[in-house]
Amino acid sequence: MAKKSIVPFGPQHPVLPEPIHLDLVLEDETVVEAVPSIGYVHRGLEKLVEKKDFKQYVYIAERVCGICSCGHGLGYCEAVEHVMGIEAPRRAQYLRTIWMEMSRVHSHLLWLGLLADALGFESLFMEAWRLREQILDMFDATTGGRIIFSVNCVGGVLKDMDDSMLRALSETVKQMRHEFKPIAETFLHDYTIQSRLCGLGVLDRKEAILSGAVGPMLRASGEAIDMRMLGYGAYHDLAFVPITSSEGDAYARCEVRLKETLMSLRLIEEAIDRIPSGDLSVPIKGNPNGEYFMRIEQPRGEAIYYVKGNGTKNLERFRLRTPTTSNIAPMLGLLKGCQLADVPLLILTIDPCISCTER
Amino acid sequence: MENITNEIRPITMAEFFPTVIQMKMEQWRLVQICAVRIEEGFELSYSFSQRYHMVTLRLVTGTEEPISSITQVYPCAFLQENEMAELFGVPVQSISQDYKHKLYRIDRETPFKEKG
Repeated sequence: MAKKSIVPFGPQHPVLPEPIHLDLVLEDETVVEAVPSIGYVHRGLEKLVEKKDFKQYVYIAERVCGICSCGHGLGYCEAVEHVMGIEAPRRAQYLRTIWMEMSRVHSHLLWLGLLADALGFESLFMEAWRLREQILDMFDATTGGRIIFSVNCVGGVLKDMDDSMLRALSETVKQMRHEFKPIAETFLHDYTIQSRLCGLGVLDRKEAILSGAVGPMLRASGEAIDMRMLGYGAYHDLAFVPITSSEGDAYARCEVRLKETLMSLRLIEEAIDRIPSGDLSVPIKGNPNGEYFMRIEQPRGEAIYYVKGNGTKNLERFRLRTPTTSNIAPMLGLLKGCQLADVPLLILTIDPCISCTER
Repeated sequence: MENITNEIRPITMAEFFPTVIQMKMEQWRLVQICAVRIEEGFELSYSFSQRYHMVTLRLVTGTEEPISSITQVYPCAFLQENEMAELFGVPVQSISQDYKHKLYRIDRETPFKEKG
């Protein structure tokens, strides 16, 4: 008879950059149940919306998380703009899209580096993060911040990129596309990576949908859903299709992120080519009165921003449902039946962001 | 994309559970659960998505009025239901994995229940 034991995993673990704890119930080396605990760093940022002016709150939304900072600001601003019936100028929407896609490249390269590190492939980890540095430098050059930068405001954006800046960004992105290809090839075709990822944590399409999976985790199971298809920002002007894979395993999740990185680099170039001239923001009159559920595609998947205003400068409610909140439940399903040694890798493949979850 | 639904559908307590089961049978995925404190109690929003369409079921309950967990239908709801119970004090009953107000390590009980 198999011996049953409980192994505590986290909240501090080399593979976890942020605190999440799992009680792993094992039969010998096989996981039969995983009970999650979060809440180590809960900040109650949603509550602050009752005390801050709705325009000030953008800065708080942008500080929910470092990697998804731009997206949180954008999601919040778009939700408030819907309630107030205003539309950001076209140039502002293009700039938002460019920064969003740069954030996606940043996030995916960060994850790819962490994956390589977890596999013990140190040179690949360094290559991925070397490339990520170039995106951080471009954030610095275009916004003044490398990780958290405040570019969104209700009604538009706060910063512009002049022609020389756009040309420099385009050149950097072109060079990055060239440099990224051998990295992607290594992730896709290296024998050791394939042997660790192929067949690990298989999530079929139906289960992915019903368990609430979002983002690359959902698309890796064959469901072509990407909130960018809703056409917010400049996405409705850009040539874009959701990237999917059919296997639903850890390798498929890696493959989707690799291809999305390449697509994001292409989308940045396309947006730079088509960006119109014009204003950066529209004037805001009055206060939001009404409610709206805004959905955007963050690097880790669909995020939902709910705002409810009552006609005063303070919103009544702001709710942020982050991608990781949705991906924890399917992750727990995947852990059942896997080997203890595969747990860190499996958790990593959902790309958890606890900072967002503990908003 | 044209004709994408993003509607909020008010619903009574009696209609709530049958509608959730219907959503599951039609393969809608649960995308979010949200509570808002209002004068007469809580305004609860359960959002479901099918492809790019989104429907939010809107339920108004009293502060002490218990509401059944939907984790029997959508097991993935457990985190958001625990959050609703812990931050707002919504009395959610029979959550499949009930943390009993220990999901978040916070000092204050139900900090979102009172305004301001």
